[in-house]
Amino acid sequence: MLEITEGSYAVAEAVGKCRPQVIAAYPITPQTHIVEALAEMVANCEIDADYITVESEFSALSACLGASAAGSRVYSATTSQGLALMFEVCFNCAGMRLPVVMSIANRALGAPLSIWNDQQDSISLRDSGWLQLYAEDNQEATDLHYLAYKVSEDHSILLPSFVCFDGFILSHTYEPVDTLTQEQADSYLPPFRPFQRLDAADPISFGMYAPPDYYMEFRYEIDQALKKALSVIPKAGGEFGELFGRDYSGLVESYRMDDAEIALVAMGSICGTIKDAIDEMRDAGKKVGLLKLRVFRPFPTKEVKKALSGVSSVAVLDKNISLGAKGAVALEVKDALYGSQIPVYGYIIALGGRDVRKKDIAKVVSLAEGGKGDLFYGLREEVLK
Amino acid sequence: MNDEAACVLFDSGHRACGGCAAAMAARLILDAAGKNTIVVSATGCMEVFTTPYPETAWNVPWIHSLFENNSAVASGIVASLAKQGRKEKVIALGGDGATFDIGILCLSGAFERGHDFTYICYDNEAYMNTGIQRSGATPYDASTTTSPAGTCSTGNPRPKKDLPAILAAHGAPYVATASIAYPPDLKKKVEKAVQTPGPCYIQIHAPCCTGWGFEGEKTVAIGKLAIETGLFVSYEMENGVVTRVKKVVRKPVEDYLIEQKRFRHLFKPKRNDAEIAKIQAIADRNAEKYGIDIKLKK
Repeated sequence: MLEITEGSYAVAEAVGKCRPQVIAAYPITPQTHIVEALAEMVANCEIDADYITVESEFSALSACLGASAAGSRVYSATTSQGLALMFEVCFNCAGMRLPVVMSIANRALGAPLSIWNDQQDSISLRDSGWLQLYAEDNQEATDLHYLAYKVSEDHSILLPSFVCFDGFILSHTYEPVDTLTQEQADSYLPPFRPFQRLDAADPISFGMYAPPDYYMEFRYEIDQALKKALSVIPKAGGEFGELFGRDYSGLVESYRMDDAEIALVAMGSICGTIKDAIDEMRDAGKKVGLLKLRVFRPFPTKEVKKALSGVSSVAVLDKNISLGAKGAVALEVKDALYGSQIPVYGYIIALGGRDVRKKDIAKVVSLAEGGKGDLFYGLREEVLK
Repeated sequence: MNDEAACVLFDSGHRACGGCAAAMAARLILDAAGKNTIVVSATGCMEVFTTPYPETAWNVPWIHSLFENNSAVASGIVASLAKQGRKEKVIALGGDGATFDIGILCLSGAFERGHDFTYICYDNEAYMNTGIQRSGATPYDASTTTSPAGTCSTGNPRPKKDLPAILAAHGAPYVATASIAYPPDLKKKVEKAVQTPGPCYIQIHAPCCTGWGFEGEKTVAIGKLAIETGLFVSYEMENGVVTRVKKVVRKPVEDYLIEQKRFRHLFKPKRNDAEIAKIQAIADRNAEKYGIDIKLKK
């Protein structure tokens, strides 16, 4: 049923329908509405979950780790500094192959302190072994949670997932969202079936230390599982489409790319603005298209290469910066197109909540047309003096 | 040994030093807790010497995540088991570094939330796994690699943190201290803790032959001397009130200190009476606070 609702509440509603048995979260702006809504569902017995009110994000994810290892479906949500505090535990969840699902209401990282949106938080965990899914709108943000559980819990994957959606821009915006009924959710997402669990009847050891003779093989297997997700995500996304009419079989999504000469590449809510800007540019005769990345980890190198193979130049918009190098998406796109002669221009944009308008997108396109890239877009002039 | 001990829940063949009190503690803890137990270890000596992949000394379900999060992991396990209607007992194990210092945030949170688990600290009074660095549990004047005795230092400048009191202040129903030198007492306390609903804490004094500088065969004797001098007090607290204390005919602290390399600077190259007197005063205060002295009839 289509309802106008705030992004956070729509996500909470979807998470509830995924039937998590243990939820552990710590409040942080702009994630709070999600965890408040879930706490209310627990308080009203609308969902059968134990809600652990932890004393930090570090403990939130640690509690999820323990609960998952003991055999429950778990959920947490955080952003920014909270995610940074979870850093150690993130690597642990992936290393111990625990299918935790966590919402990230993307927000900038301090210092300076900023509560506003960019994607530096989740991007900074790109090497942690978690799947990273990025939503363009609130419909996608809710649907990706079902998909994330389905893929993470697949016994050929067994890795945790971030479902990323832009803080405030999506989390606090009201949009029409179609929420699945419980029956629909159950038909897609079966009850959690742990691959292994802590169990006195069948004792095993989790989280042992690996001497140099063994450590590399663990890392190899995580990498293999992530790469395997490149085929498991499309299958699970396609199944979602068949059941509910919204297809997520693509790791990437093309918009007006068929005859595009210039391709923009981006992730998250900025894609909505880009689509509108493209429509205007198309009306003015410019052949511009968008390649939206829904999945950043594992990185869909092959799909990106294929989608961009016919364009004459590529402009990547990164809401993050690998300081001292480039935007994380630009680096991946350059890797995907290595050897192709197609120039890839990177633009660091919209950090710390700076607004992006359609005219900014048009400006980026003209910069790319002029061969100017690898720069911060829209800086205050005084820093350039 | 009871029936479950015959199953050897904590196996031999691990990599602990000969005379390791932490290994003794693990054996005694599982002997008392039984096989229906899930153990959550912090990073540290015990974790490392018991689980070099692909081998494990644990014949109960065991998990290790990080140095500082065993209480939070235990919280999640407790919640998870409850949701599944399962009845296993959960024991979190950590050294004093994990417990007193880096993990105290998670520990405090789990105790405040009232999770039903038992936290057991094997207290060997320094970071032994990384090479004998000072922790919040290191006693006054102990020489460690980060609080070395030197020409202008007599070792660790601070007394041991009173962690049992901090956890009792959280409203923990059962808090106890014990020593590997008194196995039946230790086991009774573990049994009581796992059977008591809510968060319970046991701090086990675990002399470390490598870190303290004594021969491995003396571990139990050193543990006994700590109790007999009043430098470590073995007691139980129920709902914040001390209900039972091990009483002793007290020996001078010097008998304990002189056996250990970590206090050698108090005796060599020349005897430091002033510092020894300060340590004696710590024991005297313990004796008074807990009423441990057995008065001999003249």
